[in-house]
Amino acid sequence: MDASPISEVLAWLPNVQLAHFLAISAILFALGIFAIITRRNAILVLMGIELILNAANLNFIAFSHYGGLNLDGQVAAVFVIVLAAGEAAIALAIVLNIYHRFQTVNVDEVSSLKE
Amino acid sequence: MDTFDIVFYAFAAITVLSAFVVVFSRNLMYAACSLLFTFFGVAGLYVLLHADFLAVTQILIYVGGILVLLLFGVMLTSKVISVDIKTGTIHTVPAMILAAIVFGSLAAVFYATWSQVPEPVTTATATTRTLGELLMTRFVLPFEVASVILLAALIGAAFLARRIRKP
Repeated sequence: MDASPISEVLAWLPNVQLAHFLAISAILFALGIFAIITRRNAILVLMGIELILNAANLNFIAFSHYGGLNLDGQVAAVFVIVLAAGEAAIALAIVLNIYHRFQTVNVDEVSSLKE
Repeated sequence: MDTFDIVFYAFAAITVLSAFVVVFSRNLMYAACSLLFTFFGVAGLYVLLHADFLAVTQILIYVGGILVLLLFGVMLTSKVISVDIKTGTIHTVPAMILAAIVFGSLAAVFYATWSQVPEPVTTATATTRTLGELLMTRFVLPFEVASVILLAALIGAAFLARRIRKP
């Protein structure tokens, strides 16, 4: 006789395993997607992107500890962090330019490529 | 429940709650400040996964670098005279549907496969030395490419953010 899914999940909660970390990263990923779509301010969209990158990194490191990925997963996470730093610098420079041109950083008002 | 589980749930609660504040707060500064706690929570989860070097890197680069950049962006692009830096939201309902679909499908995959989880690798040694050796041997090409990308990003950001004088 199978247990109901709810009691199965309740029995699964206290024993922290790989899936717990994956669940946290899934929550972070969904929140990042939500922020990217709903926010009007470009900087908050960037924060959503950072949340998504953190979720991906958490997955890499969780699999490097639990799966057979070993330290390769951590090396991938290092590269993700490096790219996130570069991306944040470039994106903020672009946002500053947009602000100088249009006097706003709301992504739904900035719809033309030139003045 | 042993100590590991309790610490995990503490860091998970910090991460998820502050991420919710980031996504739903109407005040830009509150969102930026709670992003700080999200990054700290994720760093704590890295420590639980025996990734000590990554945890420190996370705090140094995300909190010390990216978050400060984002705060500069908030300060430079808002009318500072208006004290409350508010921001609106758009497309709330489609975003909720999409986020629910993404989370639901990910959770369904995890739920379907959680019983086949391998046991953790039990070596709890410091990872810094091994990571450095890996970066200098097997991953030397991506390492060099990343350095070139960082240089290009630095020059590009400095060029883009320069205020161009009107002739």
